[in-house]
Amino acid sequence: MVPALMAAVSLRAATLPEDRVEAMYHRYDGGGVVVDGPAMAIRRHITNDVSVGAEYYVDSISAASVDVVTSASPYSEQRTETGMTVDWLYGATLMGATYTHSTESDYESNNYGLAVSQDIFGGMTTVTMGYAHGDDTVMRNDTDFEEPIDRDDFRLGLTQVLTPTLLATVDYEAITEEGYLANPYRSARVLGAQVPEQYPGTRTTQALSVAGLKSWDEDTAVSAGYRYFTDTWDVTAQDIELGATRYLGNRWVVDLSYRYYTQNGASFYSDDFDREYNYMARDKELSDFRSHAVGARVSWLFHDSLPFGLSRANVTFAYDYMRFDYDDYTDLRTGDPYEFDTQLLQIYFTTWY
Amino acid sequence: MRITAAVALIVFSLTGCVRLEPWVKPYEREVLADPIMSISRDPMLDRYRQHVFDTREAARGGTVSAGGGCGCN
Repeated sequence: MVPALMAAVSLRAATLPEDRVEAMYHRYDGGGVVVDGPAMAIRRHITNDVSVGAEYYVDSISAASVDVVTSASPYSEQRTETGMTVDWLYGATLMGATYTHSTESDYESNNYGLAVSQDIFGGMTTVTMGYAHGDDTVMRNDTDFEEPIDRDDFRLGLTQVLTPTLLATVDYEAITEEGYLANPYRSARVLGAQVPEQYPGTRTTQALSVAGLKSWDEDTAVSAGYRYFTDTWDVTAQDIELGATRYLGNRWVVDLSYRYYTQNGASFYSDDFDREYNYMARDKELSDFRSHAVGARVSWLFHDSLPFGLSRANVTFAYDYMRFDYDDYTDLRTGDPYEFDTQLLQIYFTTWY
Repeated sequence: MRITAAVALIVFSLTGCVRLEPWVKPYEREVLADPIMSISRDPMLDRYRQHVFDTREAARGGTVSAGGGCGCN
């Protein structure tokens, strides 16, 4: 089961999105899981102050991850996601609404989002607010199990021009969920014996991030970001991300990035419980772990001689290498703490028209 | 130096010493308009990469390219 990708409107400035087409092939391969598929998106002004968009996204999943092979059976499935967006510009205010539907054989998700973005202070400051509501259904393929999840998502963001070469952003997001929040297939362990996981029926998460983007010289930009996360399951997490972008001539752009993530696990997580408790989880995503990710992107820009009246376009190859190290999650096949490497490849084309 | 001046201006303004005025004029924002100064230059690439992290971590939200809520199970 995979979360929805395009659930809420994300407005950063009170200007309408450009008319643009995006297409992507993505492939994730690591930890026994392969996910690949295409994605497409289109944006178009229908009047001077209204823009509409549509998105289509497919994940073909082949999963034989460590928790699947040690407590269930490997599986293959497909997730399909479609989304629609409309934005309306009124003076210095941009309002947006979106609907996203995601479906797979044992999970269905519907998300409805609203967002407002307002430029103030001579255009140096942009304030954004967003709300999204989600209705999900969790199912099992082998039984008639079916349970709902209700979700409310609140966001507040600020983008500030600090100098002619420096931008800063601050974002806060709170998400509350109520319903069946466990995985119906996964097991916990009690003194080595596998038992069904038991999760609380509610969860509230909060995340606060700050980021800066600086023009280093006329060809180079550098960025840095930090996020702090906490929730009512006693998970705390932090991540930092550093990036650099540079033009090479007028045809190429290269991006390099590094991300470090660390988290302390949920209060009801254990690799192996000493007795049965009301709440028990053995989801490695709720354990203590660290991850590193290094990435590179190369973009080839097209400015001229484009057919069909297109104004510009680019093709991008993006590659990320990630490593995950778990402190308190045993690989039951070897008896050692679990760790894995993974790779993400994205091939991307976009054009403006 | 400009950052220090900006922070000082905000502090003085909040304490009522100075009336806060926009200090970066529209004609000074040419560099900020360059595509490499976009917070998310290629939205689909950034959203999917963030999605990969969201599905493997307990943390979610608060990022520019975050997709809002999810049914993370």
